[in-house]
Amino acid sequence: MRGLFHKVPMYWGLAIVLFMLLFPFVNDSRSTLILLTQIFIFAIFAMSFDILLGYTGIVSFGHCMFFGIGAYSTAIIFNQLEANLLTFMIGLVIGIALSVLVSYIIGLLSLRLKSHFYAMLTLAVSQLFLVLAEKWRGVTHGGDGFTFSVPDLFKDRTSFYYITLLSVAVVFILLKLFTESSTGKVLKAISQNEHRAEALGYKTLHYKLIASVTAGVAASFSGALYAVSLRFINTNVFSIEVTLDALLMTMIGGLGTLAGAIAGAGIIEFLRHYLSELAMAYPIFERWTIILGFLYIVVLLGFPSGLAGFIKKLTLKKKRKVKKKEELKKIA
Amino acid sequence: MSLLKLDNLETYLEQYHILQGVSMSVEEGSITVLFGRNGAGKTTTLRSIMGFNPSTTGTVHFHNQNISKLSTHLISRKGIGYVPENQGIFSGLTVEETLNLAKAKSAGETEAKMEWMLQLFPDLKKFWRKKSGLLSGGQKQMLAIARAYINGDGLLLIDEPSKGLSPIMVEKLMESLLKMKEKTTILLVEQNFLMASQIGDYFYIMDDGKIVHEGLMEDLKEDKETCQKYLGIA
Repeated sequence: MRGLFHKVPMYWGLAIVLFMLLFPFVNDSRSTLILLTQIFIFAIFAMSFDILLGYTGIVSFGHCMFFGIGAYSTAIIFNQLEANLLTFMIGLVIGIALSVLVSYIIGLLSLRLKSHFYAMLTLAVSQLFLVLAEKWRGVTHGGDGFTFSVPDLFKDRTSFYYITLLSVAVVFILLKLFTESSTGKVLKAISQNEHRAEALGYKTLHYKLIASVTAGVAASFSGALYAVSLRFINTNVFSIEVTLDALLMTMIGGLGTLAGAIAGAGIIEFLRHYLSELAMAYPIFERWTIILGFLYIVVLLGFPSGLAGFIKKLTLKKKRKVKKKEELKKIA
Repeated sequence: MSLLKLDNLETYLEQYHILQGVSMSVEEGSITVLFGRNGAGKTTTLRSIMGFNPSTTGTVHFHNQNISKLSTHLISRKGIGYVPENQGIFSGLTVEETLNLAKAKSAGETEAKMEWMLQLFPDLKKFWRKKSGLLSGGQKQMLAIARAYINGDGLLLIDEPSKGLSPIMVEKLMESLLKMKEKTTILLVEQNFLMASQIGDYFYIMDDGKIVHEGLMEDLKEDKETCQKYLGIA
């Protein structure tokens, strides 16, 4: 019975992946396919944020900068050079390399101090990137942004859907391996009691830097996919709303659970899509961000451990019930 | 032979002068108890040794090596295990994960140390896969001590282990510390005189950030005046 309970999440995961694989064959709605593609991209972004906040306890107010770096690197390369898979890889590598550098420097400067210094520094640097993108009009076209062409493989919505599905699966597995590794356990220990982790001989700054860089790389990758999905970019990718989205997705899904981050991305993107559609018929829904804000308050007050935490609690309750029944049977 | 030697240690916490020239030594293979009233500076002494509250002047020598300028993780790697006052449990990690973290940065025979700890505290084996945050107060204390013992190599700093435990648990803890004395040196901060006087070999009494008395535990038991003056024992 115990083994079965352990395997339940895996079976659910496989069922969802299978459903997603078959989805384009049973669905002919282009907008649903695009919506799911967006969910996969933001799921990667939310997971990257969860590595920082959920697993290491580092608060970032400027996570959008890594998303923006990845998005702009890919978009600028496509705009300046020919759009093919090689240039996509070049853009991706440049975005990731820049994110590694920026996250490492910010981490080195602020992670040895209390966590709010990292939050403040990331906020400041992300706003610097926003100003840079606004002012460097020759390359970024400022707030107006620019459109660009993408390789044929990415133009086809179905093939791009599968690419993002594969990406989210690969990133999930890699981040899962990372969090289950000995480094991941140290990060968890740091999030719960940094001094004690240090007293065990762990140089905590070193581990927090690893978390910061890992999160930056994953966020940059999601940003690159985002730019490709829109075939357009403007300075919005550096706005604080992008960071708040990641926070909302992670909190609603459940901190410290990668699957929760994916679920959170799904919930928020679905809500955003349907509420903005409702706004066409009912003007009251034009202020749909208020509804998201309300949802955030409800989750914080009612389900502080998020969706994943809530499901975990239910499963534990069920387990206890089964155990009690077994014990009663034994006594009888 | 002195395993740990503090020489004229002075520590400030913000503008407060907490340790005002603390000098003491811990003999190898002994249990040395640091007594004192609340706010005397006992916990700060341990935290200064570990580098959490570094001293402004004075030195800390461990194995005749000056460790006073090292950062906490390097002090720990020298072989000093630390059990803080509030146990400092990683509540989201299981017992297994916690002890493996301690083992990974440990020196010496880690497997043997782990085995011995599980023999000494069988409850840890029983709740091997349980999240540490779900353990009882006594079990958490056992885990904190086992974690520090496995992680350290030769010296354990233990801060008020009997705090908040039931009398039975205190009795068990006392027996365990006595057994551990055969394998490691212990510097114990304790307010429970009854417990500490039964297991300690040497004692120091702190008052207002200074060492005011020191000697053999046997002598302190006879010294009613000192006990009454500094420890409030009639």
